[in-house]
Amino acid sequence: MIEVKNLHKSFGEAHILKGISQTFYQGKTNLIIGQSGSGKSVFLKCLLGLYDYEEGSIEYDGEVFANLSEAKKRDMRAKIGMVFQGSALFDSLTIEENVMFPLRMFTKLTKNDMRERANIVLKRVNLEDAHKKMPSEASGGMQKRVAIARAIVNNPKYLFCDEPNSGLDPKTAIVIDNLIHEITEEYKITTVINTHDMNSVMEIGDNIMFLKDGIKAWEGTKDDIFRTDNKVVTDFVYSSNLFKKVREAVLKENK
Amino acid sequence: MKELILKDIDDLIIGSLGIVAFIAFFVGGVVTIQTALNIDNPLIPKELIGFATRQSILLEFAPTFMSIIMAGKVGSFITSSIGTMRVTEQIDALEVMGINSINYLVFPKLIAMAFYPFVISIAMFLGVIGGLMACIYGGYASTDDFITGLQQEFNPFHISYAFIKTFLFAFVLATIPSYHGYYMKGGALEVGEASTTSFVWTSVAIIIINYLATQLLLS
Repeated sequence: MIEVKNLHKSFGEAHILKGISQTFYQGKTNLIIGQSGSGKSVFLKCLLGLYDYEEGSIEYDGEVFANLSEAKKRDMRAKIGMVFQGSALFDSLTIEENVMFPLRMFTKLTKNDMRERANIVLKRVNLEDAHKKMPSEASGGMQKRVAIARAIVNNPKYLFCDEPNSGLDPKTAIVIDNLIHEITEEYKITTVINTHDMNSVMEIGDNIMFLKDGIKAWEGTKDDIFRTDNKVVTDFVYSSNLFKKVREAVLKENK
Repeated sequence: MKELILKDIDDLIIGSLGIVAFIAFFVGGVVTIQTALNIDNPLIPKELIGFATRQSILLEFAPTFMSIIMAGKVGSFITSSIGTMRVTEQIDALEVMGINSINYLVFPKLIAMAFYPFVISIAMFLGVIGGLMACIYGGYASTDDFITGLQQEFNPFHISYAFIKTFLFAFVLATIPSYHGYYMKGGALEVGEASTTSFVWTSVAIIIINYLATQLLLS
């Protein structure tokens, strides 16, 4: 579980995060949604320790990340997996070497054991035949799956995903969503996903936080999002006619 | 780390040998031809051609001008490879894993560039060989005259001077392009701009260091 309390972050005069408090639960896919510029990426980077913050605290299972010693921070980072928006695979390494990378950095496994572990997770993301390919030879969907494999190879306790569906076709996007959801439940990971994708919200949103202008404007589940009358949320989530109709249909069915 | 160092030695040193050999050989020939054509006074001994070729190549062409060429080849490669890693969030990925990204990316390049004097030695050797070939086949002087000139008034400290400069240039070639790549912001277009800027500043640094080193070591 990750607990964020009263988080404030500014860049110069610009106050980006204005006192956000939120709990991200273990074994659940926790979503952060909001318009571009609402502070989602900054919030995620604060969670990851890539940005310092002025006020508030971030606790990973009761431990305040910022107060940890460098050695403990390193241990904590070994428990974190991250899927970047653009996958961020290392160009010069093969897919298998990319997946083995966190094991090389954080474990003392032999090369054969690392390779074995990498191939298990590649199989888990249905990429068992692609291990010798270079990232440039893989499609966008494959690259995302490799990024997920790399993120989970060291059995992380926390998984962060920044726009995991961006640039993917709807079918592949659903595959990626379901994969993250299954992995989260299977390994009891605390997963935090930054997304714009309303399909993801409806499909895998166990716990959703809506950010607007650096403030937490709403919190709920994928079921709550159909029933909410919070105008800020409905204006964003149901901005397309299709989703408006879906919502009306769901509400009519539930009456 | 060992693998990264070996890969950088391959990319930065071994990968540069072909172009260095080609340029050094032909520029050595040109230096010889230019010297020979500008000495048409029968009172000036033909050995001067070999002497002038040696001095030009050893003191300036191989260490300094080859380094400026390398600022274009090696420097641009370093900036664009690190810059692309910045743009595609690969550096963020390293940081999230708790890896010191500067150490991970720049240190192997610094170690690899410690082998740069090897490249310059080859440039010196092939420059002189190119000069000898041009001299013989152009009929500007005999082989004996050229070799006698090469050996005339040889000051071993000039070798030290050339390699002191080379080590300083190697440091510049590894660090300035790495800085421009690592701290770049933006997208693909900015990677190109960062490579160009890095080439300009690396060249400026090489020229200034060359001036200062010459002033301090030879004057």
